[in-house]
Amino acid sequence: MSTIKMRSKESNGVVTVKALIKHPMETGQRKDKKTGDLIPAHYIQEVHSKANGKDVITIYWGPAVSKNPYLTFKYKGNKGDNLEISWVDNQGNRDSKTGTVK
Amino acid sequence: MNRRNFIKNSMLFAGSLVAIPSLIVSKKAYAAWPKKSFDIKDLTESVSSVYGHSNLEESSKVKLKAPEIAENGAIVPINVSTTLDNVESIMIFVENNPQPLSSGYKLTSLSEPSIGTRLKMGKTSNVMAAVKSGDKVYTSTQEVKVTIGGCGG
Repeated sequence: MSTIKMRSKESNGVVTVKALIKHPMETGQRKDKKTGDLIPAHYIQEVHSKANGKDVITIYWGPAVSKNPYLTFKYKGNKGDNLEISWVDNQGNRDSKTGTVK
Repeated sequence: MNRRNFIKNSMLFAGSLVAIPSLIVSKKAYAAWPKKSFDIKDLTESVSSVYGHSNLEESSKVKLKAPEIAENGAIVPINVSTTLDNVESIMIFVENNPQPLSSGYKLTSLSEPSIGTRLKMGKTSNVMAAVKSGDKVYTSTQEVKVTIGGCGG
């Protein structure tokens, strides 16, 4: 299952995109309560979105972004646009999802 | 990088070449994640490292929407929008976090300058939204009081 849930809606030529990504967003500063060891940093560093193959936004995230991050942005677009959101984290994991603007 | 990882990575890369050509472009962009700026622990230094200077101008055209009191520091909703033209980027700094730079949004000609996310805040702090428009950086700052920190474990 994709880690990305997204919704997009067009109104007056502006598309509002809302997305939720499932990710632990570990800062690397927390300790395991049982062992006292540091939990290694594990967070999304970059999110990228394209509409019909054109770059819409590039987002850089640090560890301060909340667990299971929420994201919203707007762009000039239309109903039926092919919208892609992709992410990559500091451990090299990645995922992407494509949807159609309503 | 050990051999296994190398093979895995090269296969992934080869796969993306075939499947989704657009990933090649993204791959370049991924390399641009500004590690240095995200590691800095001081607000002024962090700002300088992002923009190359620290000449900020407070502007009412930058709208920062954040709660006055955040009950849970692990999830603080932040929204930034602006009526400024030619916006290149939006950055959100949290002064009292271990690293002030929390996130950055690089816009294109297609984007509308309006973004929102949720941040972790360790304690009460000023939150500053910075909008780069042309050669200038405009800001709006608000204090968010945190009752339970979001960085402890």
